[in-house]
Amino acid sequence: MLEVRDLYGGYGEGFVLNGVSFRVDEGQVVGLLGRNGAGKTTTMRAIMGLLPRLVGEIRLRGESLVGLPPHVIADKGIALVPQGRRIFPSLTVTENLLLGARPPRPDQRVRWTVEEIYQLFPILKERGKIRGTLLSGGEQQMLTIARSLMVQPLVLLCDEPSEGLAPVMVQRVGEILRRLKQAGLSILLAEQNLDLALSVVDVAYIIEEGRVIWHGTAQELLANRDLQETYLGLRVEV
Amino acid sequence: MPVNAASLVIGLSYASLLFLVAVGLSVVFGLMRFINLATGSLYLIGGYIGWSVARSTGNFLLAVLAGGVAALLLGILIERGFLARLHRKELLQVCLTLGVAYIVQDVTRWIWGGDPLRLRPPEMLRGSLELFGSVVPTYRVFLIGVGAVLAVLVWYVLERTKWGAYVRAGVDDIEMVECLGVNVRRVFAIVFMLGALLSGIGGALGTPVTGVAPGTDVQLLLMALIVVVLGGLGSVSGAIVASVIVAMVDTVVRTFWPQASFFAVWALAALVLIVRPQGLLGRAS
Repeated sequence: MLEVRDLYGGYGEGFVLNGVSFRVDEGQVVGLLGRNGAGKTTTMRAIMGLLPRLVGEIRLRGESLVGLPPHVIADKGIALVPQGRRIFPSLTVTENLLLGARPPRPDQRVRWTVEEIYQLFPILKERGKIRGTLLSGGEQQMLTIARSLMVQPLVLLCDEPSEGLAPVMVQRVGEILRRLKQAGLSILLAEQNLDLALSVVDVAYIIEEGRVIWHGTAQELLANRDLQETYLGLRVEV
Repeated sequence: MPVNAASLVIGLSYASLLFLVAVGLSVVFGLMRFINLATGSLYLIGGYIGWSVARSTGNFLLAVLAGGVAALLLGILIERGFLARLHRKELLQVCLTLGVAYIVQDVTRWIWGGDPLRLRPPEMLRGSLELFGSVVPTYRVFLIGVGAVLAVLVWYVLERTKWGAYVRAGVDDIEMVECLGVNVRRVFAIVFMLGALLSGIGGALGTPVTGVAPGTDVQLLLMALIVVVLGGLGSVSGAIVASVIVAMVDTVVRTFWPQASFFAVWALAALVLIVRPQGLLGRAS
């Protein structure tokens, strides 16, 4: 579905990405794990067409996305759930939700109607008329996910959806991600919360200094305590 | 007492003209961080073309439309020819639009001469009517009405339609709007052109009031910039409120100390910048 190969890129001097390669198959949830500054967000921005300097290959169903502007990449079927949520403060919840709404593509397997979205996120219907930024952090996270689903993506890029949320909301985000996975949506998930990531991903890639240093299944990562401690900076359980 | 119905009508009618020029400037600035210093030229060209069309056809409505279309065409020329190529290059944008302003002023002086031209209002809007014990020009009252209608229209489109949501969201976070599949450049081009159209309409409507001459463009540009600063970038309600404030301050001060009116509005702008840098109805970024 989505294939990234030998991605190099950055913002100004120097590269943040130093040859990232991975793939997301249809219906698969792929984890992009790693410490702060490892290059997870930059990878997502690169796919979305937001990186000023970029070399390498990004293909969606074989079609290259490199060099296209973000709105065209969205047209092709990529949607970004950005880090920090980025709800539009001047827009109501409903306006936020519907900003990028479009009819599904003919070749799209997992489709979304507004009704389905409201079923998945009832709070967005209840509080539709208030400004988006008046929602709580967790509700805003729901809104940003829902907003990206309305773009009818083939692949959803999810950048740190649990960041800054209370534990109960982190669980809720996990539930949502599993629901999306059940529906058959292909997802690329960047996360620092390993428990959340492992509860949903099929395959994980660990990034360090802009390159992939390990990849394997969720089970393999779960079993490999060394890897978790060395590269993900995880707690050592007593 | 300098404030009576007459000065209120004079102030509000001036506010209508200011709003028509300032709203495009404000939204364009808020959306793309683009400063269009040729804004006054759009008003100027609208005024001159409106004057000529009114003189040759005698049809005031046609003159207003022609003024708007002329400014629209100039706007398209500026947007397509230059701005689309100078995205996020602020210094070049400022220099370029200032250059356009000089060129337009010289070309119009060459065509229409250096003397102020004034248009008579259409027959039915000439004369005056009595309002709360003051005699006020009918045309000024008409201007207030037109300004109010257009302000409500612009407000409605920007605040209550999906298309307006693109613009507001673009002012908030342009990158995120693009990520949701909206072609922001196209939205910007349309906003710019509609802003030009409104400025041109303002220019033609203003000819019976402000007249049109070399320098009218600079005067309107400066006042519009104050409105934008005062109201807050990209805010339509801000532009409405600030237009009224600026025009009223200018009018009232002018009645008892004419030389100080320009100073008064700039002092007001400076004060707002110090106390509330984001403008009255703008949001802090």
